[in-house]
Amino acid sequence: MTLTPNLTAYWDESDSWTVAGYERHGGYQGLAKAFEMGPDAVITEVKESGLRGRGGAGFPTGLKWSFVPQGDGKPHYLVVNADESEPGACKDIPLLLASSQQLIEGMIICSYAIRSSTAFVYIRGEVPHVIRRMHEAVRQAYAAGYLGKNILGSGYDLDVIVHGGAGAYICGEETALLDSLEGRRGQPRLKPPFPAVAGLYASPTVVNNVETIANIGAIIRYGADWYSSFGTMKSPGIKVFSVSGHVRNPGIFEMPLGTTARELLGYAGGIREGHSLKFWIPGGSSVPLLTEEHLDAPLSYEGMESVGSMLGTGTVMVFDETVSVVRAIKGWLDFYKHESCGKCTPCREGTWWISQLLHSLNDGTGKEADLAKLEDLCAQILGRSFCPLGDAAATPYPGALKYFRNEFEAGTHTPSAELFDPQASVVFSAVKA
Amino acid sequence: MLHLVQSEEGYVSPQGIEMCAEVVGLTPAEVTAVATFYSMFKRRPVGEHLIGVCVNPMCGLLGGEAIWKALTQDLAIANDETTTDGKISLERIECQAACSYAPSVTVDWEFMDDMSVDKVREVVAKLQAGEPVQSTRGPVIRSFRATERTLAGFDDGLADAGGNNADAVMLAGLRVAHELGMKPARPADPPRPAADGASGS
Repeated sequence: MTLTPNLTAYWDESDSWTVAGYERHGGYQGLAKAFEMGPDAVITEVKESGLRGRGGAGFPTGLKWSFVPQGDGKPHYLVVNADESEPGACKDIPLLLASSQQLIEGMIICSYAIRSSTAFVYIRGEVPHVIRRMHEAVRQAYAAGYLGKNILGSGYDLDVIVHGGAGAYICGEETALLDSLEGRRGQPRLKPPFPAVAGLYASPTVVNNVETIANIGAIIRYGADWYSSFGTMKSPGIKVFSVSGHVRNPGIFEMPLGTTARELLGYAGGIREGHSLKFWIPGGSSVPLLTEEHLDAPLSYEGMESVGSMLGTGTVMVFDETVSVVRAIKGWLDFYKHESCGKCTPCREGTWWISQLLHSLNDGTGKEADLAKLEDLCAQILGRSFCPLGDAAATPYPGALKYFRNEFEAGTHTPSAELFDPQASVVFSAVKA
Repeated sequence: MLHLVQSEEGYVSPQGIEMCAEVVGLTPAEVTAVATFYSMFKRRPVGEHLIGVCVNPMCGLLGGEAIWKALTQDLAIANDETTTDGKISLERIECQAACSYAPSVTVDWEFMDDMSVDKVREVVAKLQAGEPVQSTRGPVIRSFRATERTLAGFDDGLADAGGNNADAVMLAGLRVAHELGMKPARPADPPRPAADGASGS
């Protein structure tokens, strides 16, 4: 399958993030067309494109927009989730840096469609360059008349507010994000009610991922049929994949959904010289790992489910034979433990307990009973925690156990560092002592 | 506002909390509840520079842990500690969404992608000597407090630093597409301007 540059098509022009750079390639023509179509027609077009949320859940975007009750007299809000913090996920940050105006155009079209006059971009705090870039991109859009009052003479007004977070992976969960945006501790809320009905300030709110909204301008400009001509029936369109790990050329690759990992990794130059693939993950640490036998499964929502994993964010991580699975899983559980918000017992207690047991196995001091105990702990969290962070934490171990039980068993007598020298996984060359 | 407090005090100080409470109309306890939730808000003063080393599996396995070990040995401090001269604080940080650049480090939260032990030692030496350090996707390094001021929402004039920051990693796919003659997947864009005339760099 070919690469299909869409959002990344003009990233080789260093002003791609500016209004001038974006207009040079027809930017904001989608917005003009949206105003001609009217809000309801825009929602229909997005539904027909088949675009699914790119933040991991893959919920149909047009459908989500249509859940916002119209004519209710309440303010409506669009909040763009730019909190990308999942280990392995590195696609939204590049988009925010280089496709800033694409995001803004998409935000204006979405806000217009759901009848919102205030939209927010919630960006994680640890990326100041992204935050200053988006502030300036928004200022340029105002200066060019794409934001503010009576945009393009349409009579439609929109304000966009860029907000920086302060270090909390849980704020990538949409309701925790909303609480954080309101100035509180970022802990998730009970759903229902869903944000489309009661979200920011208890008002109807659409929360969408950066990549999802960045696609909207082109979808309106070129049409739903154009977008759905790529991808699969159930996973239409083009995906911004990132590839990281033990490959020769890690980075951003745009391809139609349904391409295979084998093809994608081929474009990324394959595994680094002298090494072989051991395991890979299709979309961030929250989805089950896969092995060489799955390289030909389609990278689509349904394709990854068919092999027991999930597409998630489509941020592919690749690990070669030098890596200890036990050490990797331990590392991810340390992450979830640190990031657990503490609200619910299964996640708060479970992640700490799982992490302790994995540390023992990694050190070679684990007990035989630990393997089953870990499975039990994961089962106690999965589906029983207050929000998907718990589910995410309960996913890596069972996924790894399926294919690498022998390594966990070895953890009952041998440290992983003896079986897999950590230095061998390091990608820079030997260090001067 | 808490980022603003940090930009002035170097951490979220008790006085800073009182100030926020007064301005916003909350109790200090309510403000403290928020301040203690987020890992970027510090309870002890941070040094002039905060170096963060990503230790999640992608970066950690690909060299982050080796970098962490070297730094803690060289600077003789541990996680969340500051050198006695107040210059450098160290922190084990979570995924910086720079996985394709592993191992990833931050200085005052600015990107230092694709690091190695040698590169990080060079960076530290320059910071200690007060020499300029260029971040990989962003501006020249300023200070922890300067970054906090940016995070508080004040314009620092550096938004264009590095152009669109599209380097070999971000351009990996596009470059392959060009080499293989694959066109953008979009119909009827206006023709590209000749050469580099309009790229505005």
